[in-house]
Amino acid sequence: MVTVYLMGKKYEVPEGLTIMGALEYAGYQLVRGCGCRNGFCGACATVYRIKGERELHAALACQTTVAENMYVATLPFFPLEKQVYDIEKVKPDAQIMMQLYPEIYSCIGCNACTKSCSQGLNVMQYIAAAQRGDFHTCAELSFDCVMCGICSSRCPAGISHPQVAELARRLNGKYLMPEAKHLTKRVKEIEDGLCQDAMEAIMAKPLSELKELYNHRDIEK
Amino acid sequence: MDFTPDMLASMAKVEASRDYNIALEPRRMDADEKDALLAAYHPDYRQDAFDTIKVGPNAGEKCPKELLALLEANSRLTELKVDLDKIDYDVDVLVIGGGGAGSSAAIEAHEAGANVMIVTKLRIGDANTMMAEGGIQAADKENDSPAQHYLDVMGGGHYANRPELVAKLVTEGPAAIKWLNELGVEFDKEADGTMMTTHGGGTSRKRMHAAKDYSGAEIMRTLRDEVLNRQIPVVDFTAAIEIIKDENGRAAGAVLLNMETGKVLVARAKAVIIATGGAGRMHYQGFPTSNHYGATADGLILGYRAGAKLLYQDTLQYQPTGVAFPNQIYGALVTEKVRSLGAKVINKDGVAFVHPLETRDVEAAAIIRECSPDRNNGVDAPNGKAVWLDTPMIDKIHGEGTLEARLPAMLRMYLKYDIDMRKVPILIYPTLHYQNGGLEIDANDETCVPGLFVAGEATGGVHGRNRLMGNSLLDVIVFGRNAGKATAKAIQGVKLGKLTLKHVDEYAAQLKEAGIKSDIVSPKLLPNYARGRKSI
Repeated sequence: MVTVYLMGKKYEVPEGLTIMGALEYAGYQLVRGCGCRNGFCGACATVYRIKGERELHAALACQTTVAENMYVATLPFFPLEKQVYDIEKVKPDAQIMMQLYPEIYSCIGCNACTKSCSQGLNVMQYIAAAQRGDFHTCAELSFDCVMCGICSSRCPAGISHPQVAELARRLNGKYLMPEAKHLTKRVKEIEDGLCQDAMEAIMAKPLSELKELYNHRDIEK
Repeated sequence: MDFTPDMLASMAKVEASRDYNIALEPRRMDADEKDALLAAYHPDYRQDAFDTIKVGPNAGEKCPKELLALLEANSRLTELKVDLDKIDYDVDVLVIGGGGAGSSAAIEAHEAGANVMIVTKLRIGDANTMMAEGGIQAADKENDSPAQHYLDVMGGGHYANRPELVAKLVTEGPAAIKWLNELGVEFDKEADGTMMTTHGGGTSRKRMHAAKDYSGAEIMRTLRDEVLNRQIPVVDFTAAIEIIKDENGRAAGAVLLNMETGKVLVARAKAVIIATGGAGRMHYQGFPTSNHYGATADGLILGYRAGAKLLYQDTLQYQPTGVAFPNQIYGALVTEKVRSLGAKVINKDGVAFVHPLETRDVEAAAIIRECSPDRNNGVDAPNGKAVWLDTPMIDKIHGEGTLEARLPAMLRMYLKYDIDMRKVPILIYPTLHYQNGGLEIDANDETCVPGLFVAGEATGGVHGRNRLMGNSLLDVIVFGRNAGKATAKAIQGVKLGKLTLKHVDEYAAQLKEAGIKSDIVSPKLLPNYARGRKSI
């Protein structure tokens, strides 16, 4: 068994459980602070400190194993500031960041965001890229962000990092990455009805013929 | 957590056979072999796991026992009071569920000018969409066509699919990708803009589009951002517990429950979209699941009590490659993309016993057979036997750095337990992944109850009796958008009559008449994992 302190209260839980598992073992019925349980949704942001140590750790409760003398506090909600914009009207230049998220220019370079990232991302670096209007780099560096908000909870400049990154990724995906011309072409073909005959023909086939077609279809190497 | 000596001994055999297995193209099974394998080993074919529905539009049909218990359970309104004269929310379109389907529906309904609102029992984005890793199919390459995609979907679904739904799925697929791309979704592309596409199990063309192995997360967070940009109201931590109808039998809203305060609320709407997703947290037949916390089949219960029909409620998808070790992430998804990129499934002796890209039902059944006493070729893992997925093959085939670039989420998940999947294979076993069936809809997303629409995993018919990888993300986008547009049209000229919950009482009376008594309530809303506590 392992001794853990959930919101400061002492519990004994079996070794090898995740923090989330430990909460449930202790009898917590989670409503907040639990989403996908697989490290993708950012619902279970958690901070902890090992008794006697100075460093504050941040983690996802569903992806982190409990340790002896762990003091755990969940952070099921953190007020991020999300600005509203029209993706069709914005332009992918530094101007838009100055307009929507000017606080990123108040970054003091303390790196607390990076140190606290539950995904191990270089948060301060992606904010620096956003400052420069380099949305491609910001998007790449922030791609694995689950928007748990721990970084923002540690930021003395009041930056909502996940929202900055979200804007950068959408600008990158929509405006900066090259167009998929084959996609544009196929959508037009479908709109022009060019795929309709083949679809009607295959839908009209009796089951036996459809099975023949399926069982002997050629599979791209 | 360390590998056991048995695991390490078996792993050495997998390593020794790696070069041979990379070169090998395991034979694909023919139709008869697949049928025999499924009948003998797939969980859907286990008779003792199912019972017969006795009441309602699907009476006489087969249903998993766990789902049937909820269909026969009491309404939560037997314990809670509601006043239908006190309307808390009054909208055109009520979307129940904040995943990919619900968010797409809300965006399109809003685009069409409807006053739309989302309610969700957790947060917007706490959904299976967020966890879809591998990708999204669409026939947009030169050698591909919607008709070719149609053939793959029908064959994969054992021809049980509703043809008109499949035709819609595949024909509107490319437009769905384009829509997402124009919202800013960062699909993996070559330098010239060509989409990087791969195979999935059962595909005849490489049409799997991805955003690394965060495909669903990237789509979901973009949709969420768009919902918020449009300032569509999202009422979170609020579950729907019954559909409300008007006196003319039209769906007219829902009774809501604040998950934290227990307060009961009334939402009135001219059309309702059920987009509540799947059912992995029902743990059918005791399987672990790759699904999110709220996947408890709520929509099926709400819809059925309101008179909508179920379709293929007896078929579930078990993803062949769920985590079998380490125990902390037991049942978590190992994306099929790992196999798309070349990793093969290997038994304890280092033998590649199945083609890695059979359809999911066949692949899962083959793994279950390999681990069964009949073959006994599995490795001992904490919760039973398991087989290897030989992930180091990926970098050996495509060059060092490939796995890290294309599967960063998988790599991160395992590295947290000091397992470097670039260097060592991982242990897997099928995990409960997807609800193939659900509520029956027409090509307009509407059920037989006027005004009641359904989109996404809560529907049945699109995927027949087995879904292909990458068609679920496509489904939630195509049919989510479709539901949004359809409801925006359907509300025109609608004048609601007096609100009623008569149908709930009538259904309860039918249960009573059939001699069915239950001591639980449904919808379930959340699984109960709290040791020593009663459920919510």
